[in-house]
Amino acid sequence: MKLPDKSTTLEAAVAAIPHGATVLVGGFGVPGTPFALLRELVRQGPRDLVLVKNDANEAGMGVDHLIAAGQVRKLIVTHLGLNANAIAAMNEGRIEVEFCAQGILAERIRAGGAGLGAILTDIGIDTDLAQGKQVVEMEGRPMLVEPALRADVALVHATTADPFGNLAYAATARNFNPLMAMAATQVIAETEALVPLGGLAADAVETPGAFVDQVVELTELSQEYGIVRR
Amino acid sequence: MSDARSRMVARAAREIAPGMVVNLGIGLPTKVVNYLPADFPVCLHSENGLTGIGPTLPYDQADRNLIDAGGAYVSTIPGSAFFDSAVSFALVRSGRLDLTLLGAFEIAQNGDLANWKIPGKFSPGAGGAIELAQKARRVVVMTTHCDRKGNPKLLEACTLPLTAKGRVARIYSDMAVVDVTPGGFALVELAEGVSLPELREATGAPITIPAGDIPTF
Repeated sequence: MKLPDKSTTLEAAVAAIPHGATVLVGGFGVPGTPFALLRELVRQGPRDLVLVKNDANEAGMGVDHLIAAGQVRKLIVTHLGLNANAIAAMNEGRIEVEFCAQGILAERIRAGGAGLGAILTDIGIDTDLAQGKQVVEMEGRPMLVEPALRADVALVHATTADPFGNLAYAATARNFNPLMAMAATQVIAETEALVPLGGLAADAVETPGAFVDQVVELTELSQEYGIVRR
Repeated sequence: MSDARSRMVARAAREIAPGMVVNLGIGLPTKVVNYLPADFPVCLHSENGLTGIGPTLPYDQADRNLIDAGGAYVSTIPGSAFFDSAVSFALVRSGRLDLTLLGAFEIAQNGDLANWKIPGKFSPGAGGAIELAQKARRVVVMTTHCDRKGNPKLLEACTLPLTAKGRVARIYSDMAVVDVTPGGFALVELAEGVSLPELREATGAPITIPAGDIPTF
């Protein structure tokens, strides 16, 4: 028996993303952001996207290109602190922004990937983040109901992948990627290195390929992946 | 950094006990590591998926995949670990984080903290601050005693949206070390050169003064 080959091109992988799609985007700052997939999303131009990401990258990088191109309807993020363009777009009403506590965003996505409906948490219960959320009592304590997040598409960045879609990540470039790689109908992984089946040891696989639909090998890493000298 | 700020950071560094798991908030709190001995046994946690934060590296030695939550190019030390964002906050929420040291806009005498939002002016989102403030076993604030306009940050009640309710245990400022007690603010130490009338003037709530000599830092 042989595992199926899911390797494809950037163009083909992104072509299936329709207008109005909800898209999970990996990364925390630069590490783990799938810049090449985001560039291709700008090139192909689907609109009215709902993007779910830890942050909106920095001005002139990654997600910021999609906001600048007017392709984003809504962002679900934990903060926008590094991107003044995104804050301006929010303040001017050009994009809708939903803020989520960082670990709760991770758990909502994990729940989506695990086939669960919601999680219960007391995080943010005394804050603005609780506004409009359902409260239930669990063992005598009030808890917010935080719905699971499952998306149409996930765009993730791996360091190493094999053609079946088994993925491994580097250092702090993991962040949301392993969670998002479980939580979408169509999971697209870009990878810095595509190794043959068996080239990634079973013990080294962090995301099992059964979660992944398409694998794209990056032929080069653009400047966006590099060190940011601030 | 001004002399008063340096002494505040140095004093706050003594908050960290051997063996602790600690998260240092973005900005000034990260500077406390400069006041710990190189071989001090402590586990520093970064929200983006790292325990065992090593020294910050110059750009030409940096690893593009290795940053802390503030975006600084950090390094690993023997025993460091990487993990995803769900694991990172599982550690925070489950009580494994002994201490967090955070910045503040306002702190109330009941321990309420506001540090993420100024409606109409500053609302970039809280990142992981709410979970750190709500779930770390001990929450300590490091901040200038007053804001840039000279208004007190230590108040009877917060006016800004809260990050967490009743969680701040202690404040390290450029003027004093102040505990939050069931009876409100209580002076612990004064910065050198600061008088009690000056401290009272700069504090927006009653503050209990201990009997006898007040230690300085």
